[in-house]
Amino acid sequence: MELNYENLNSMQLDVLKELGNIGAGNAVTALSKMLNKKINMEVPQVRILELAEVSEVFGGAEAPVTGIYLRMEGDISGNIMFLLPMESSRVLLDMLMGGYRDGDEFDEMDLSALEEIGNILAGSYTSSLAAMTGMNIRVSVPALAIDMAGAVLSVPIIQFGHIGDSVMLIETHFSEGNKHVKGNLLLIPDVESFVNLLEKLGVA
Amino acid sequence: MTVVMTKIGIAEVRAAKDPAVLVTLGLGSCVGVCLYDSKKKVIGMAHIMLPSSKEIKNNANKAKFADTAIDMLIEEMEAIGADRKSITAKIAGGAQMFSFKSSNEFLRTGERNVEAVRRELGRHRVEIVAEDVGGNYGRTIEFYSHDGSLSIRTIGHGTKVI
Repeated sequence: MELNYENLNSMQLDVLKELGNIGAGNAVTALSKMLNKKINMEVPQVRILELAEVSEVFGGAEAPVTGIYLRMEGDISGNIMFLLPMESSRVLLDMLMGGYRDGDEFDEMDLSALEEIGNILAGSYTSSLAAMTGMNIRVSVPALAIDMAGAVLSVPIIQFGHIGDSVMLIETHFSEGNKHVKGNLLLIPDVESFVNLLEKLGVA
Repeated sequence: MTVVMTKIGIAEVRAAKDPAVLVTLGLGSCVGVCLYDSKKKVIGMAHIMLPSSKEIKNNANKAKFADTAIDMLIEEMEAIGADRKSITAKIAGGAQMFSFKSSNEFLRTGERNVEAVRRELGRHRVEIVAEDVGGNYGRTIEFYSHDGSLSIRTIGHGTKVI
């Protein structure tokens, strides 16, 4: 039997969800340090979804999103995608660099800032994963796309070959003052890494 | 007259008789293959994910692959009255959404999907009369049975009808 999110038992799911919580917490702490501002975070919602359903979270396949895509290599391999609805992308840029952007047009500076955010969040997420499991994990340089949710998500969907594949979506709401951001992290380990990950977490 | 728009999801194939509109939202690296028999006014759309069913172990869903989905779509169109000799094609999609510094083979999927679709349509002697492929952006496509027109919407790259 192929091991994937669909056929995990409840204990395995709980451990992965807890990992999602801790990872998201560390990611937001990293952001707070970088901005030198107090950031409040709600308890992250961790859900297991089919890849083809993920775009519904953003209001459908045509809804514009920012997607930051990174590859994990080392003791575990797989992909991480950080997804932000457009409104959250604008608010996050406002937090980061000041000035609210009205339209969908971002300049080079904005794009590299978003890439860097994706890098920091995914990086702190994987370092908590590495710390908890004793695994060695490296993360690739991030790539960014701002486009329709369906189009952005077609990349991981195709890469995994079967639409039935499930992913873990960690939804994090955080805010600085009255600025609210809804960030979503998709964790998609390669099939062969899954067993390894569960073993390291002691729930194989 | 109101015409119902039918959404075609990823790895789905659908044929329909006039009046009909077939729609795919947010096409990225996948390819939308739109076939039209102008005499019988039968349309068909396939939302193709991967180039070949022969490269993958888990290939039960024929609608996913260029080499099997196009066969399937032509058969479904024939079943509702189309004549394969008068079918023409329009294709859209096959974008490369992300550009990584180190380019992996999988990132070329858009391009590989387009190549495979062209090859398969050639094998069936179906002429491609119009196309809008490649680039690094997503597309929403709407295919109309009354005249075989294909409208393409993007974010920041305009709207067109081919």
